[in-house]
Amino acid sequence: MDNAIAWVLLFPLIGSIACALLGMVNRKLCYPISVLSMVAATWASVETLFQAVASPTAEVSYIFGGWVLDLFPRGVGIEFRADLLGALIALVVVGVGLIVSMYAKLPVEKETPKKEALYYPLFLLQITGLAGIALTGDAFNLYVLIEVAALTGYGLIAIGSNRAAAATFNYLILGTIGASLYLLGVGYVYIKTGTLNMVGIQEVIATNGLHDSPTMQVAFVLIGLGILIKMAFFPFHAWLPNAYSSAPTTTSCLLAPLVTKVMIYVMIRMVLTVFGVEFSFESTLWSEFMPWLVVIAIVCAAVMALAQREIKKMLAYLIVAEVGYMVGGVWIYNYYGLIGSIFHIISDACMTLCLFLATGIILRACKTTHFDGLRGLFSKMPLTMIGFFVGGFSIIGLPPTCGFFSKWYLITGGMVAERWEYMVVLMFSTMIMVVLFFRLIERIHLAVSESGEDLGKGHGDLGLTKEQTKFEEAPLSMLIPLLLAASVVMIIGIYNQEVVDQIERFLAPFNLPKGTGH
Amino acid sequence: MFEDGAIINELLIERLNYLIYVVLLLIGLHAMIAKRNLIKKLIGMSIFQTAIILFYVSISVKNEATIPIYKAEHDPHGAASKAAAIELNSTNSGKPLYAPTELQSSETQQYANPLPHVLMLTAIVVGVATLGLALALCLRIQQGYGTVEEDELLVKLERSDARYSLSPLAKAISSRRRPARNSRNPRATGKSSSTPKRSTGYGKNLGSTKASKPSTAKTKTTQANKNPNSVNRKPGTTSAKIGTKKSLPPKKTSIKPAGKTSPQQKKGTE
Repeated sequence: MDNAIAWVLLFPLIGSIACALLGMVNRKLCYPISVLSMVAATWASVETLFQAVASPTAEVSYIFGGWVLDLFPRGVGIEFRADLLGALIALVVVGVGLIVSMYAKLPVEKETPKKEALYYPLFLLQITGLAGIALTGDAFNLYVLIEVAALTGYGLIAIGSNRAAAATFNYLILGTIGASLYLLGVGYVYIKTGTLNMVGIQEVIATNGLHDSPTMQVAFVLIGLGILIKMAFFPFHAWLPNAYSSAPTTTSCLLAPLVTKVMIYVMIRMVLTVFGVEFSFESTLWSEFMPWLVVIAIVCAAVMALAQREIKKMLAYLIVAEVGYMVGGVWIYNYYGLIGSIFHIISDACMTLCLFLATGIILRACKTTHFDGLRGLFSKMPLTMIGFFVGGFSIIGLPPTCGFFSKWYLITGGMVAERWEYMVVLMFSTMIMVVLFFRLIERIHLAVSESGEDLGKGHGDLGLTKEQTKFEEAPLSMLIPLLLAASVVMIIGIYNQEVVDQIERFLAPFNLPKGTGH
Repeated sequence: MFEDGAIINELLIERLNYLIYVVLLLIGLHAMIAKRNLIKKLIGMSIFQTAIILFYVSISVKNEATIPIYKAEHDPHGAASKAAAIELNSTNSGKPLYAPTELQSSETQQYANPLPHVLMLTAIVVGVATLGLALALCLRIQQGYGTVEEDELLVKLERSDARYSLSPLAKAISSRRRPARNSRNPRATGKSSSTPKRSTGYGKNLGSTKASKPSTAKTKTTQANKNPNSVNRKPGTTSAKIGTKKSLPPKKTSIKPAGKTSPQQKKGTE
């Protein structure tokens, strides 16, 4: 199918409208519709990726409505363009969406009762927005899709408790500042280049020599700042932990793996294919100071994660630290760093998904996500815990999970570019992740409380009754998506070379330095 | 430079729009960050977005240009071009008439650039949606916490967070013995006995937090309930000190009777 790239968006969009309409008739229809539309969207996304891989230019293009006028520099009209990077990210988005939509049935029924007809349309619109961000080739259309994703995200978070509504308000204020700054930056780009098409902007910058134009510099700063706020980069991260930890389970499972990663994708897209490598790294000072900001970001986020006593909060700070990894991988200005950064978007989405799905099951079983409530969980639900550990090991970076390979490339990039501070901070953060997850494993297997008290009677005794450690695995509709996500983490790890090959093919035309950048 | 007023001229006359846009942007940003009232923050947000709209509209301004709708002589459906077409038809019937035509560059100079206006239509729609959602959130916050002042809200959120993040073990143990280490409430003395230590696993003693979640109520009765360790205590007898804390002034507005809470508010503890 030639226009599979359009169907990636249209399936969830149609699904959300169908959910909203049929949900008024019968709420039970929403769940199957959302799963069906996500299956269809995943198929379209796989098709798009294969088309992009097969095409000689390694990209697929589709112009909505066929409405294009061939003016200089690029036509007017909204183009959807999937190069290998965009197609990979779109596949990650809809893949995560598919797994979460399968998982959604029980948590949504329990946490937002009688609101299914409101929840599922928002859920599908969120995926529409995120997949659109990955595929669009128009700078203003990107803004609209960012706002579509953000607005539905606010709704998905605030549909839960009042606490979530209060957290969403902060998210909304910061998110609006971020998106508005991006919009302002696009205005400056438009003044100078006269086009909104991403490839067109790059062509104009190259042909007209706009590298030193102050207008473009201002645009770059505004767009960069807006995206940094949206991706919860460290000084701007304040909205994220509360919003994600107080959101309903399904929402945090969907948003935590995707929203920040998709915004990092937008940053890579802006740096590489809109402003161009030369402009972004040579004409601006960002590659000088950003690695140092990343160092601060990773250290602070990792230490704050260490201070948490709840899994959800801890994972939220972990996301902030991971954002630091990926931003650093871009700004050390190195071929391997960028491979690592792009690969880490993919693997981080999978492993964060895995962890949040498992946390949802823990929350359902234990009614709490506090560390002290986890005792004896392994004998109660071993499969769930294995899924959780796979995600945790991937965050730490143990082979053969995909987290190992992406971190390998990031560290290689730091070493080759002689950005020692970045390399050291990655090692440091890995150590903290080890502490975080092995502390959790200890809580799960041993009878030690957070204050260090021994709660059991002695060796091998958890201090629990037989009933509390009885085998009681999670319901299948939640367990299967978790195991699916865990196996995806392993499979991407084992077949990492195939993914990296595609990323290398995408990065080949950009002439990135393979040694030190300067 | 200043003598002939070139800078003044440029700032105040030629670039006045841009000056105003920057001022508005900063006013909006200041209000969003510094104001403590949630509604004022939203007003700031609106000003912020309006500033960007002003910027976009300003960049498409052109002297002596008209709105981008066909002028009479360019309109393929208009009288002027019909007359021309009839004349043209008599000689040459090759081109289809009355179809949308592409204007020559000499003709397009008389029109303003429509694209920024179109973009701003979309941005206005996005802004309206954001504002509507934000107001709905304010309503939820007002219903749930009884305030839209950030300072008061933060105090209440901190309390509910402390209760939420309390260890399930600490809850059980502190209710039996001394105050737990990570319990924020110094008044958590162990009068009430819920469950003995050995049998407390996960998920025990959570009913207390469930019942204590609603923070709408300002009465002293529910203040006592808020204390996670005083489940079995009689309401009203022990909560005098809490009620007198400065951060929680007893308000008359929007008091809901204790015990009557909507199911939404109970969900918060989960």
